[in-house]
Amino acid sequence: MQIEINGQAAYAYTGGKPFDASLPCVVFIHGAQNDHSVWGLQSRWFAHHGFAVLAVDLPGHGRSAGSPLPSIEDLADWIELLLERVGAGDTANFAAKTVSLVGHSMGSLTALECAFRHPARIARIAMIGTAVPMPVSDVLLGPAKDNEPKAIAMINSWSHSPRGTVGGNTVPGMWMLGAARRLMERQKPGVLHNDLAACNAYGHGMEAAAALACPALIISGSRDMMTHPKAAAKLAAVIKDVRSVSLDGAGHALMAEQPDAVLDALRAFIV
Amino acid sequence: MTYNFDTLALHAGQVPDETFGARATPIYLTTSFVFKDSDQAAALFNMERAGHVYSRISNPTNAVLEERIAALEGGVGAIAVASGQAAMHLAIATLMGAGSHIVASRSLYGGSHNLLDYTLPRFGITTTFVDPRDLDAWRTAIRAETRLLFGETLGNPGLDVLDIPRVAALAHEHGLPLMVDSTFTTPWLMRPFDHGADLIFHSATKFLGGHGVAIGGLLVDGGSFDWDKSGKFPTLTEPYEGFHGMDFSEESTVAAFLLRARREGLRDFGACMSPMTAFQLLQGVETLPLRMERHIANTRQAVAHLVKHEAVAGVGYPELDNHPDHALAQKLLPRGAGSVFSFTLKGGRAAGRKFIEALRVFSHLANVGDAKSLVIHPASTTHFRMSDAALVAAGIHPGTIRLSIGLEDAGDLIEDLNRGLAAAAKA
Repeated sequence: MQIEINGQAAYAYTGGKPFDASLPCVVFIHGAQNDHSVWGLQSRWFAHHGFAVLAVDLPGHGRSAGSPLPSIEDLADWIELLLERVGAGDTANFAAKTVSLVGHSMGSLTALECAFRHPARIARIAMIGTAVPMPVSDVLLGPAKDNEPKAIAMINSWSHSPRGTVGGNTVPGMWMLGAARRLMERQKPGVLHNDLAACNAYGHGMEAAAALACPALIISGSRDMMTHPKAAAKLAAVIKDVRSVSLDGAGHALMAEQPDAVLDALRAFIV
Repeated sequence: MTYNFDTLALHAGQVPDETFGARATPIYLTTSFVFKDSDQAAALFNMERAGHVYSRISNPTNAVLEERIAALEGGVGAIAVASGQAAMHLAIATLMGAGSHIVASRSLYGGSHNLLDYTLPRFGITTTFVDPRDLDAWRTAIRAETRLLFGETLGNPGLDVLDIPRVAALAHEHGLPLMVDSTFTTPWLMRPFDHGADLIFHSATKFLGGHGVAIGGLLVDGGSFDWDKSGKFPTLTEPYEGFHGMDFSEESTVAAFLLRARREGLRDFGACMSPMTAFQLLQGVETLPLRMERHIANTRQAVAHLVKHEAVAGVGYPELDNHPDHALAQKLLPRGAGSVFSFTLKGGRAAGRKFIEALRVFSHLANVGDAKSLVIHPASTTHFRMSDAALVAAGIHPGTIRLSIGLEDAGDLIEDLNRGLAAAAKA
């Protein structure tokens, strides 16, 4: 689905069904250097079970035009513009809040900030593979700026659990590390550093979490080296209405490593 | 952390069985898989959950093999099929239909040549064959309806080394993918995706299996080719009514090709691999690095021996200075240029026959890539109907012998070759 936002062409995958703004909406927000395709299975399930799905390509990522947005705050405002543009959770037309935001890593910060800044239409947020704050060390930021292949290799190595590194993909025939690497390589030069710098600079996440007016779900991988489960636990401690799910053995690439478990946790939270 | 090649050859794609703890890959010799409930069944059919439904489409044993070869090649995924020919057909049928055109190297395995030159035209897909060393010929042959460039990493019979970086660059200039048959080299000798290729297939029957007991093929996707940007592949970029109206490139940024190949090609053409075969091939892949090292070491000794033998008119092996692709082989194949090569006896057909009949260790048969050493004399077998002049035109001398060097003791192999050479000299 193509949408124009701020004069730029934006793309959102709708889960294999046409988008229907009259249905409760689930927005899937990918992480750094990724695109909508990381949500393939989960987004299809929601689209075929009574939800209007928008698995977005953030600006400058995947099929969306323009430059990547430089801050989590900008990304949050962009999501709000998207919802407004498609009429999802339009409070003028619907009494109840109907939009669920589901974000992974950088996308989880975007979901949090969007619910904080634009609470009117957000019913709930799910934060997957998250940490607040989400510092990115110079060890990774440096190569992300000057040597993207090296940074991609580092991220790929750190994003998969010991089991995921060997494989055993639930999607038949797919090599998880290869697919993750190629997807990152597909993004435009400069996107990776922009995204990681945005995560690193996001400073008031804990305030946003403490002020969160809607329920939140946090899904963590017990072997996540990028966003450690301890950081997720600290975040959960400040949110008023929170549910936490730990996926045993999963790394940071939770949707790829344990797609069914992620879907089941989202279903239990959203449906 | 990520693992290196030799570790991936043993482990990629398989974690110990969670029910019984089996360390080896279990053989899931079942046609179908029980659904947990109706919702899960519907979700599996609609690609909302991952898993197996029916072994023609996917199977857990096959999936380990697919994942392992994808890991070794540096691709995003793979599909196991009934043979190398089935892999080639699946790739072509996924990419194009009637009215499409392929540009292929003329130095191909006979089965591939037959498919392209005689069979596919009946279905409206035509091929122009070019000298693989002539980049201008590749360029000139590309037409508006061309959808694929194709060659072998090491061509048949002269071991032409495909200049993958240059041919891939040319293909990409025209919005086309390059597919290579990597059977002779295996990912241990070269990983074509690292040089720009987009699709790889293997006859896993050969070196990947290595034992000569199972026929199988593997089709691997590098995941780099941008089907949308090319605009020439509606099978991957437009809704497909045969599968929920799915637009495969929208569905998966990096695996659109594999999705369509599995969801349409395996489903409808049905050239699937048996799980037993997948298990047998996995046993071979586990020792691929060790075997390839030995294949190359033995080949180098055999080549060195034949080059200096008085009964031999010439040896065609890319590591030799006089091979036309010597420099390219040094660049693309630093670990070795395979273990299949041809040499020419000074005598003609009669010498070839005598050579073959005198051998004891080499097996006389029509295959390559076995653990055992193999030999064939084209002029008296695969090409026996051709006159001497026609043979020469095809690049084959009446006294040409093709060897596939195995893993036996190198001294025994050389002694056997000497036995054959002595017999040939008396012909």
